[in-house]
Amino acid sequence: MTRPVRLEGRVWVLERDGRLIDDIDTDMIYHNAHLAVTEASQMGQYALGNLKGFSDFASKASAGDLVLAGDNFGSGSSRQHAVDCFISLGILAIMARSFGAIYKRNAINSGLALVEVPGLPDGLIEHHETVALDLETGYLSVGSGEFHARPMSSVSRDIYLAGGLFEYARTREPRA
Amino acid sequence: MGRTMIEKMLGSHGGGDCGPGDIIWLEVDNRTARDFAGANVVANLEQYGGEKPIEDPGKTFFTFDCNVPANTIPYANNQHRIRMFARKHGLRVYDVDYGIGSHVLIEEKLAGPGSTTVGTDSHLNIMGAVGAFGQGMGDLDIAFTFKTGTTWFEVPPSVRIDLTGTPSSDEVEAKDLALLLLGRFRGHELLGRSVEIYGDWVERASLEDCITVASQATEMGAIIALFPPNASVLGHFGMSREEAVYADPDASYQATYEVGISELEPLVACPPGPTNVRPVSGFTEPVPVDSVFLGSCTNGTLQDMELAARLLEGRKVHPGVMLRVVPATRKVWGEMLRRGLLDIIFEAGGILSNPGCGGCAAGQIGMTGRGEVQISTSNRNFTGKQGDGDTYLAGVGTAVASAVLGRLASVHDLQAKGGRR
Ligand code: SF4
Repeated sequence: MTRPVRLEGRVWVLERDGRLIDDIDTDMIYHNAHLAVTEASQMGQYALGNLKGFSDFASKASAGDLVLAGDNFGSGSSRQHAVDCFISLGILAIMARSFGAIYKRNAINSGLALVEVPGLPDGLIEHHETVALDLETGYLSVGSGEFHARPMSSVSRDIYLAGGLFEYARTREPRA
Repeated sequence: MGRTMIEKMLGSHGGGDCGPGDIIWLEVDNRTARDFAGANVVANLEQYGGEKPIEDPGKTFFTFDCNVPANTIPYANNQHRIRMFARKHGLRVYDVDYGIGSHVLIEEKLAGPGSTTVGTDSHLNIMGAVGAFGQGMGDLDIAFTFKTGTTWFEVPPSVRIDLTGTPSSDEVEAKDLALLLLGRFRGHELLGRSVEIYGDWVERASLEDCITVASQATEMGAIIALFPPNASVLGHFGMSREEAVYADPDASYQATYEVGISELEPLVACPPGPTNVRPVSGFTEPVPVDSVFLGSCTNGTLQDMELAARLLEGRKVHPGVMLRVVPATRKVWGEMLRRGLLDIIFEAGGILSNPGCGGCAAGQIGMTGRGEVQISTSNRNFTGKQGDGDTYLAGVGTAVASAVLGRLASVHDLQAKGGRR
């Protein structure tokens, strides 16, 4: 699987009153009422279903879209569903000022592109605006300007390019 | 610039000259899975493991401790699936008779100062007790580590805690210090941090004391709580200071906290969580107690069992109170047998079980019923974790005193009343 390093797409800006929302937890991303679902392809319909103001996200998002949030995105439980629901919708990348530690591990292991944008000013990226993003350099451009995101670390980039942790393992000889 | 303990340990295991925020490929010395999530590790390896699912059978172990011996059919099936996989690939299983995996790794000297261990147990950061790296991870992560011997890891920022003073009360135990830190750092200050702990107390602590405090790093939100190995820890491993890992004198920390411990007294964490900490002496109304659990990876060591037996000798558990005792490992159990501790606890009216996680995990020695008040020496008292009852976390002395007096009480109260000698 070859994955793009340069992404371009429409952004869903998770904001309230003009400010990016912080502390979006895994219950808001993927509610525990749907934890029994085991098929990743069935998880997309519940993505952000419990986040006030964005419960129609799953029905309106298109493959190739991106998502942007504030600090500590994905805090809470370790459920993998909260990552897989975005992959199942074909979301290209999640951008946030910071991520919960376990969410970050799960997302990287599943090959979902995560982009940290510490210090991104509110309002720079408008809802449904198109951005161009280079995962390698972190360079991000929008209509009204540009921003330097944290470039993906080489480790997460390699796992992302391979399409996930075990796909990555196949490309890598175990140490002798 | 100098480096912290975790930076040096991760650095010597694949991280090189790493600093906070760097993601490194970590070389893992011990790769483990327990009966909880172990079967998922096996399933992942069967699906993705290919021809050679285990990079090094000599460094890969299963440790059964959650439900031992299995008392539900799903656990029994999972454990046996693991045994069959282990036999096929020549892996060592520390089976249902051995006790808590993290303690077995320290006892068997597999995880010594400076080593790295990962597994499916969220309290594997207990390795911080011996100045080693340990971390719990998900089943996919661990399957990957079984297959490759490595995992990726983001180097956390380091902070240090300097303990000042010496507790003036001799009733104070390591658990009271752990509870003090839980109450003090209940916010997000330690979240995602590697915490190094220093002070006179640390220099004099026993290996068991370090284990008790390090075992609660998870509840503090920390990645790990690291103790620079002292004489007691080095003695256990037969190592010299030169062989262990210490921070450089000029290491830089994101923050330094001073915590005074001279006024420390027996503490409890009240429902509904481990950071809801109060002094035992601070209750104006008596708290009647129905059951007491003594054990877990926090307080299941021989030192804990000896303290319990010393306090119970010649006394009786209060009528109607259940005292459940679960030593952490088979080795501890054997020593208790030889030293006559089992006999003392039995005569006092305690219920003794085989080693393992006991009341901390799923039901090895019973759960609590609605309305039941339990004093537990384990590390978590979240609603529902140990049953429907209300659990208070405490040290061994407080737990035993409460069992004898039938209400929440300290060793001081026990000695004043004498119990039913
Ligand atoms: S005693 Fe409890 S916290 Fe410790 S390893 Fe066992 S289940 Fe986990």
